[in-house]
Amino acid sequence: MNLPILTTCAAFLCSTALADEIWVTNEKDDSISVIDIETLEVVRTIETGERPRGITFSKDFSVVYICASDSDAVQVMDPNTGKILHDLPSGEDPEQFVLHPDNRHLYIANEDDAITTVVDTETRTVVTQIDVGIEPEGMAVSPDGKIAITTSETTNMAHWIDTETQTLFANTLVDSRPRHAEFVKDGTELWVSAEIGGTISIFDVATQTEKAKIDFEIDNIHPDRVQPVGFEFTNGDSHAFVALGPSNHVAVVNAETYEVEEYILVGRRVWHLEFNRDRSQIFTTNGVSGDVTVVDVASRKALKSIKVGRFPWGAAFRPTE
Amino acid sequence: MLRTRLVSAFFGVLALGLASGATAKVDVTVHYLKQVVAPPPTLSNLDPIPEDLGLRGVELGLEDNITTGRFLGQTYALSVTEVPEGGDFIAAVRAALTSGSLLILDAPMAQVLAAADLPDATDALLFNAGAADVALRSADCRAQVLHTLPSYAMKADALMQFFVARRWTEIALVAGDRVDDQAWADTLETSARKFGLKFGARKTWVFDADMRRNASQEVPLFTQELGDYDVLLVADAADDFARYISYNAWRPRPVAGSEGLRPVAWHRVVEQWGAAQLQSRFEDLADRPMLDRDYAAWAAIRAIGEAVTRTGSSDAATLRAFILSDAFELAGFKGRPLTFRTWNGQLRQPIPLVHERALVAQAPLYGFLHHHNELDTLGLDQPESNCTAFEN
Repeated sequence: MNLPILTTCAAFLCSTALADEIWVTNEKDDSISVIDIETLEVVRTIETGERPRGITFSKDFSVVYICASDSDAVQVMDPNTGKILHDLPSGEDPEQFVLHPDNRHLYIANEDDAITTVVDTETRTVVTQIDVGIEPEGMAVSPDGKIAITTSETTNMAHWIDTETQTLFANTLVDSRPRHAEFVKDGTELWVSAEIGGTISIFDVATQTEKAKIDFEIDNIHPDRVQPVGFEFTNGDSHAFVALGPSNHVAVVNAETYEVEEYILVGRRVWHLEFNRDRSQIFTTNGVSGDVTVVDVASRKALKSIKVGRFPWGAAFRPTE
Repeated sequence: MLRTRLVSAFFGVLALGLASGATAKVDVTVHYLKQVVAPPPTLSNLDPIPEDLGLRGVELGLEDNITTGRFLGQTYALSVTEVPEGGDFIAAVRAALTSGSLLILDAPMAQVLAAADLPDATDALLFNAGAADVALRSADCRAQVLHTLPSYAMKADALMQFFVARRWTEIALVAGDRVDDQAWADTLETSARKFGLKFGARKTWVFDADMRRNASQEVPLFTQELGDYDVLLVADAADDFARYISYNAWRPRPVAGSEGLRPVAWHRVVEQWGAAQLQSRFEDLADRPMLDRDYAAWAAIRAIGEAVTRTGSSDAATLRAFILSDAFELAGFKGRPLTFRTWNGQLRQPIPLVHERALVAQAPLYGFLHHHNELDTLGLDQPESNCTAFEN
């Protein structure tokens, strides 16, 4: 009676071991769509808690963390089986988070509570909660792990957290509705997007002062609709790909000159993005059109749209081995 | 008798770390004054108007401001005055002006004008969060009064854009016989003509029968005389009879205006653009959904907060200048930045078109273009406004 088990194994291997994957959270379907990077097709759909948004893998890819916002939990899933292993105490309405380089501490934005929660993923306990501005969302940790950032959408600030003391050491104003933050260039710069302000502010990390600001302008689209949200960097941090929300475009920004070089038309209300392994392709989540656009990084051309669930939000890369 | 209370808000700034290059400490006092108006009797008591309408919105906005302020060394205090029916609103305004120059008014147009025309109010900054009258944004505008509640004209234009988009070109209207109903009806009619729609029969609702019992008999006959049309507008400012029109009209046509498809400043069905967060914060505070005047009061105190954050000042003239400048923008959970019209002080804002259970569309609708800002296709655009008080 070994046959059925063997068959299961074979199917299981087929679905996980052949190609790298992009995992996409579907905010209004309570599910994850798994895209096979080789075939560019959805090969698996996995149920999650309610309103999944932020998603990130552990550094060794053994588990995947999912912000199930309306379940008030961060779920820890075995990516092989799609089974929820356990929930982490996350505080209310976790929207977005970032895993510390120590692979152990999650910094979670609790959108409804104006709090950043720090959770120890090993002991599954809350280390501390830090008061931040209204509607925290964007989260980042510096590469050396010393600074964590929370951006708050209604307070319009980047809050700088000293991860040793877990306290704020600076608060810097940005434009309206900051959504996403990333440390770049070995942690010397912090980039923060402002959705309603329509800008990305670039801070010098050493002094926490703004050193540049990027504006976006697309022909025939009213500036009010050009709303930067998620962004990711190409190899060597030379260029940023910036999702511009309801303008339905992704901007390619030269990270040295801070100039926009190109706008690429993708799906509707483009929200977050994720690269494949060698960063030759980038995958964008398009909330309103319910699909993912695959963009070729070198030619800066959209290659394909892949239908996923309703309101795709976050995306995370998973390698095969 | 006036009821005044002070919600003070002095949050510690210890251990929070002030913003880099933090500005000097600023204390901001905002006065919220509400004229309680007894609602006219209505046929149904199913949906009473919340007594704390408006107030809860300003309280939520205060919390938002306090949270931001504590990172900047800025504190906010709110003074609330509710003037009962028949009370002396102007005395209350005068009293408020002795201790502050930032006022949010939730009152009918006559009181807003009387307040603005007080000598002490010349250098104050007043927000109108309760009167939708078009005249307040036109010939009767005042330089120191900004409007966060959308005007009737903005709401009417939002509906008409939807009708144009759906090609519902022939319109009939039933209006109540109260002054507000007729004003709303006139605005709808003007707007329909502006958008090139055919405005047909208009009837005034003068029945005094109890429609809970006999709507099914009266309404078909009453609406039979309207002839044919694509959509039936109902203008019923007090929410008196409109609910009895749906499904009882002679012709099977959609109903809009005060019933059916309604243009609003805010409604619980607005969920996109981060609105779900504002909705849940409001529900936690007020135990009820956020309504138009709550939103207008919230937007007013948030506009003050945003201007204080960016200017580091609590001076009314400085704040007014900043709010009317290009640098100002308010994130109002409606999908695009909200700004103020420099010609009449009206807050530009998208208008959700809703029915009780879902958002149907949000105006401005796709394809309605404007040479500066599509939001100015709603309400009084610069050439349409007779306001001159804002000219320097």
